[in-house]
Amino acid sequence: MTNDTNDPRNVIKAIRNHDQDVIIELAGEIDMKCSAKIKDKFKEIFQQKPHSVIVDMTEVNFMDSSGLAVLVVALKRSRINNSALKLVGLTKDVLSILEICRLETIFHIFDTTDEALSK
Amino acid sequence: MDTKIELHMCANPDYLCVARAVARQVAQISRLKKKETEQITLAVVEALTNVIRHSYGGPCDKPIVIKFNKIKCPDEKKMALEIVIRDFGKRVDPKTIEGRDLDEIRPGGVGVHIMQSVMDKTEFKQAEGSGMLLRMIKYIE
Repeated sequence: MTNDTNDPRNVIKAIRNHDQDVIIELAGEIDMKCSAKIKDKFKEIFQQKPHSVIVDMTEVNFMDSSGLAVLVVALKRSRINNSALKLVGLTKDVLSILEICRLETIFHIFDTTDEALSK
Repeated sequence: MDTKIELHMCANPDYLCVARAVARQVAQISRLKKKETEQITLAVVEALTNVIRHSYGGPCDKPIVIKFNKIKCPDEKKMALEIVIRDFGKRVDPKTIEGRDLDEIRPGGVGVHIMQSVMDKTEFKQAEGSGMLLRMIKYIE
């Protein structure tokens, strides 16, 4: 499934299946305005019981604590499901908010989607 | 020349992107580096999100006023960017506003901790009449 990428407010750029994994590509700026939409999408994805969910954040250039909360909820869902949640392509600023909240070690973080798929 | 910008917005998350854009531009004009610029942008968004969620109890048409001033700190003898955020919602005792224990892994409740981590000073006060006033300072190195 691919969404319209021309709308800058559309933070969910694309979702695609790769064998038993799901890759969700996020883009733009994640705040209170769009976090509920992403949270709902994660809920939908985890209902499919994927082996792992890979969140490609290469094009996310801003994320606040609302976005961080969505990732924490997704991580909790993944643990309930015995799935893996993998974050890919975090910018320095996005990684920084995880570090400030001391959450960088609880997430599996990879540089590329290929690396996340292979582990 | 001092930077003096005043932004009035309603407590609607649709306009967080506007506040973000203004915060970024003011920080850049104040000659803050990229890392500090993004930290200020993050602090402003966290503060506004807290106002929308907690002071007003959710998105609404009530006002928030954000002031940006480039100031000289009398005690530190250096320049700083001062950001003052005023709301007209619920008043709380400033002593009760604090970040939660980060050892507990759960969503939410980290906005104040983030603001305090990325800014050099953060100070909450009860505003005159109604609402709260948040003053944040970032030194310009």
